[in-house]
Amino acid sequence: MSVMGAVFNLTHPAHTVDWNFIHLSVANVVVIGLMLVVFVLAILLPFPGAAARDAARRAGGGS
Amino acid sequence: MSATTGPPTPPPKIPSKSWTVKVREKGVEALPPERLLPDGQPTYVASWIYVFGVASIASLIVIIASGVILALKGPAWWHETGVGHFFNSIHMWSVELFFFAMVVHLWGKYWMAAWRGGRGRVWVTGAITFLVAVPCALTGYVSQQNFDAQWISTQAKDAMNSVGVGAFFNLTNFGQMYSYHILLLPIAVVALVSIHVLLVRRNGVVPPFELEEKLAGVPSASRDLSGSPDPNGSLHTSTGAQGSPRASTGGGVPPASAGEQS
Repeated sequence: MSVMGAVFNLTHPAHTVDWNFIHLSVANVVVIGLMLVVFVLAILLPFPGAAARDAARRAGGGS
Repeated sequence: MSATTGPPTPPPKIPSKSWTVKVREKGVEALPPERLLPDGQPTYVASWIYVFGVASIASLIVIIASGVILALKGPAWWHETGVGHFFNSIHMWSVELFFFAMVVHLWGKYWMAAWRGGRGRVWVTGAITFLVAVPCALTGYVSQQNFDAQWISTQAKDAMNSVGVGAFFNLTNFGQMYSYHILLLPIAVVALVSIHVLLVRRNGVVPPFELEEKLAGVPSASRDLSGSPDPNGSLHTSTGAQGSPRASTGGGVPPASAGEQS
């Protein structure tokens, strides 16, 4: 398995973000940023088929 | 001889003394089958923000399945074989996805005030699940059986000692941490998730603020929550066969709480 080394070189101390008392690893900051992006996209992006179903329901008065 | 008129009246129901009958009747009363396993969900559930709860459950299933395989095969397998590495990675990344989806789910429910309409217990069980899942994951770090686990356990024990619980949670005790990780805490998480989902089924998915305000202006007798066209046009299901009438509140707004402000 030694042939399959890590894609990223991990043999160094972790990179961190320091701001006052906040001390976060860059990896965690990236994950938190991704969560925020996904949260905003989940609110803004239309759900597939939702508009068509809604239009069909309004037109037919049923489902 | 005279002909009887009307159907015969059924005999009065005698309350059963059997505890199994009582439990069954209470269970069916609290969660009827059509509400436990509904045909569809209200239209407003057709949004990406409603996806992350079920994404958390999907991740949890993968976590448990991969964890069972790891437990069966043991540390030598997950550290020294290619397939073991693969399942070890599946387990770790499904945990990452679980927390990712759960945090987005938590944010979504917080900003839509998902405790409205008598859903306080749904919110609380979700929050407790998150709190219990954190040590469930952290005990996994110290159950790896490698130098990483040794380093983390000797660092984390200081945190436990600093708050006075080191005598109860000894992070350098592999047996205790492994028991917590693969038995006690997973049972707690699965039990809490089960209760959470059953409460969602019982109370329905929280409606958007706009819909709740609309419903607040509609007299309760006029609220159509049974599947026929409703006055505000927003409560019908969005899933299932097209054109078939479906109960709009199978998993959605319950008659008792729809439109009520908490």
